[in-house]
Amino acid sequence: MHSVTKADIHLTDVLIIGSGLAGERTAIEVSSRGLKTTVLSLVPPRRSHSTVARGGLQAALGNGTMGLGDSPDIHFKDTVKSADWGCDQNVVRLFANTVPAAVRQTEQWGVPWTRITAGRRETPDASIVVEPEAGAGLIASKKAKGATKWRTCYVFEGTGHSLLYALDAMTLSLGVTVHDRTEAVSLIHNGQKCLGAVARCLRSGDLRAYLAKATVIATGGCGRLYGVSTNSVINEGTGLSLALDTGLACLGNMEAVQFHPKTMPPTWIPVSEGGGGYLLDRNRVRFVPEYEPENKKLPYRDETARYMQERIRAGLGVDGPHGPHLWLDIRHLGPGHIDRHLKGVDTVCRVFGGIDPARELIPVCPSQHYIMGGVRTNIDGAAYGIRGLFAVGEAACWDLHGFNRLAGNSLAETIVAGMVVGKRVAEYALGHTLEWSSRIVEECLAAQEHRIKSIVSGENGRENVYELKRRMEGILMEHVGIFRKGGGLNNAVAQLQELHQRAERVELISTGRGANPELGSALRLPGMVRLALCIACGALARTESRGTHFREDYPNRDDVNWLKRTLAYWPPGAEQPVLKYEPVVITELPPGNRASTPSLGSG
Amino acid sequence: MGRKLTLDIFRYNPSAGWTKPGMQTFELEETPGMNVFIALTRIREEHDPSLLFDFVCRTALCGSCGMLINGKPRLGCKTFTRDLPARTTLFPLPLFKLIGDLSVDTGTWFRLLALRTGAWLHTSRAFAHSILEERMDNETALKIFEADRCIECGCCIAACAKVHVQDEFIGAAGINRLARFLLDPRDERSEAQHYEVLGSEDGIFGCMGLMGCMDNCPKDLPLRDQLAYVRRRMTAAGLAWGGKEDGSRNRKTK
Ligand SMILES: Cc1cc2nc3c(=O)[nH]c(=O)nc-3n(C[C@H](O)[C@H](O)[C@H](O)COP(=O)(O)OP(=O)(O)OC[C@H]3O[C@@H](n4cnc5c(N)ncnc54)[C@H](O)[C@@H]3O)c2cc1C
Ligand code: SF4
Ligand code: SF4
Repeated sequence: MHSVTKADIHLTDVLIIGSGLAGERTAIEVSSRGLKTTVLSLVPPRRSHSTVARGGLQAALGNGTMGLGDSPDIHFKDTVKSADWGCDQNVVRLFANTVPAAVRQTEQWGVPWTRITAGRRETPDASIVVEPEAGAGLIASKKAKGATKWRTCYVFEGTGHSLLYALDAMTLSLGVTVHDRTEAVSLIHNGQKCLGAVARCLRSGDLRAYLAKATVIATGGCGRLYGVSTNSVINEGTGLSLALDTGLACLGNMEAVQFHPKTMPPTWIPVSEGGGGYLLDRNRVRFVPEYEPENKKLPYRDETARYMQERIRAGLGVDGPHGPHLWLDIRHLGPGHIDRHLKGVDTVCRVFGGIDPARELIPVCPSQHYIMGGVRTNIDGAAYGIRGLFAVGEAACWDLHGFNRLAGNSLAETIVAGMVVGKRVAEYALGHTLEWSSRIVEECLAAQEHRIKSIVSGENGRENVYELKRRMEGILMEHVGIFRKGGGLNNAVAQLQELHQRAERVELISTGRGANPELGSALRLPGMVRLALCIACGALARTESRGTHFREDYPNRDDVNWLKRTLAYWPPGAEQPVLKYEPVVITELPPGNRASTPSLGSG
Repeated sequence: MGRKLTLDIFRYNPSAGWTKPGMQTFELEETPGMNVFIALTRIREEHDPSLLFDFVCRTALCGSCGMLINGKPRLGCKTFTRDLPARTTLFPLPLFKLIGDLSVDTGTWFRLLALRTGAWLHTSRAFAHSILEERMDNETALKIFEADRCIECGCCIAACAKVHVQDEFIGAAGINRLARFLLDPRDERSEAQHYEVLGSEDGIFGCMGLMGCMDNCPKDLPLRDQLAYVRRRMTAAGLAWGGKEDGSRNRKTK
């Protein structure tokens, strides 16, 4: 090929953008089919956000006393109910049927899953379970909100960590090429087909082009659009922007944002005490009725978050240096129990809060945690509207989660999607040749070079990138959080539109040379504001409440008008997204009452 | 009003065309619950947006933010300003390739280490959808996890006198990572094969046992026990095989 530009051009069969669990599992599937696989990541693969997930993943293995009789059918039902029927039931079925094998496969790759020990044992919420000899040594599970059976498989205090290390080790053994500290900044396409991506090297600041038969977006979530989030600081949703900015692909259900109820300021680490604690307000009143002993149920995450937010709004929160919060009380469980079963919670409290949870109350309040929305794909993981582009993991709207992800279903999704979609990606790549035009590549590179030049020179204006970013975060927190209302959402959309224009007028304070972080933020910001607008516009249009999307002015679920999925498109040059809708597929479980499952208690 | 903090930070950005390193001093007001992550983010956003440093999870789980804080290798997210004097110096971790300022390439170092030492589970088990998991007792799983949970932050490497003089030495993190496979009954490498990687001056026999590693591990890994375990096993293996691969691929005895 004759060189049209100074930039490096890399050729590969499959380009995977993202090296979290979803990207790595896809890479294994693709490269084990003999395809040259190149993975890009902002950070070394093992530092991806997935490593943070301590909790576990749901798989109906049916091992153990409390998992006895579990099946993909029950997992299917729990998932659909949790999703408040907003999910794609074909996908949920495929998922529920595949998880057990996907988990057992990771066992073969060395994940040290926690195993069942025969005999009597105490659980983190202080109930007693007796395990018969027959189950000893099989993969153990614990309970989770919204799961009828105990099916959350875990690796002690580090499920995501051990999974990611095992998968990354597999990619090493398979010879997958990884370019870390490399950020994809735009997709290369010809109006119909994705041909690869332009990326910025975060070591040198140089631009590169990657050309591939198939491109996979595995860039994780976008929690950092919100000011208060449990997400890693690199979770800025750039992968979603890449797809949206083609003007061809669309994002599904961006208004479906999950908030984790119990996170500790000022790091907003989730404090998951396994259901044994109590939530208290400033007067030390327990205010979540479901938590009462006579009524012991485990409410869905979105329900708990609303109880808490309501309490704070009623002025019953506790004033803290990082805003009002509530208390989580686990003192009654006792130091011995906490030391034996809640070590993770204990460490988090001590190290990041300076608190001894056996003796002190833990400050908690809800913060952004997960996005159910993402690049809309079909059941094969293929993006709508553009060929050769796929999406997996939190970045995708495969639509497993609908309007509320079941705890533990996200890690499970990454390995199942990697397995299932990875196979489709490989088939696609095997059936296509590498196609590219030097004109298109050169245009895409030039467009990014031009953006960089104008940001560095400040030719468009004098805006400060960090100031604008904080404004965006604040607008989403205030108006597009746990409680939403028409007036506030209208306000948010108007403010974000103004911000969108200002985001194009950033001028750097620093020189922007080399691996400059300010330039990185400035390049990302307009895309992030577009995502924020997709969330706000979707939320404004959806005049019902479903799962985590709660409209105070429309507090009920409306299956007649809203059993449908939002699809947000961004035509080139537009000022706000164009929203379209598609029906939600119901195959097995018709919409019904979502009441959360009673806790199984002991025994 | 919080305390006034003074941070003296190492600055050198080769990618931005800087020709020589130096120190730069920043002042900021301490806020409640402030850690080095919050402090550096504020410096970047309010004082100098060209400042390079690495944070990802900011909760001591991803291993990105190792740096020398007042001369000691520490994680920036786990170091709270309330535990620091009013004046603090920050340097990048030594030994690793400098990217710029406080950012070093620990990722590449660990990746090359894993490639060079074959740090993945070596197994011939074939996968089928219908296969159940192999049983393992929970004690064994926990032992594997205890080694597996290293976050590859590089603090132990930066603190190891031996790596400084012998850069092929795989250090405590390298030995600990391989111990994870030694402990795993599913790994099919023979003792001789393990010995080939571990039984040398670049492996366990390069360790001088001064425990700079363990004293500085932010995850409190039991490195002393791990190093001792590997030393015992490799010494035994060395005696049995004379340190030579005998070609047998017998499954190790446990
Ligand atoms: C604190 C916390 C705890 C959690 N616990 C659980 C749990 O217990 N169970 C559960 O099921 N779920 C849990 N989740 C959710 C779960 O961790 C995530 O949804 C999941 O790990 C996402 O995996 P992923 O592979 O899709 O993305 P990630 O792991 O986020 O990986 C994204 C990758 O994309 C790369 N990337 C991003 N943008 C670009 C770009 N522009 N160019 C190149 N590379 C890019 C990143 O470098 C990274 O490698 C938790 C989430 C949080 C915040
Ligand atoms: S004991 Fe000393 S020589 Fe051995 S790995 Fe630790 S720091 Fe290095
Ligand atoms: S052993 Fe400890 S100090 Fe060394 S890399 Fe692992 S976590 Fe870091």
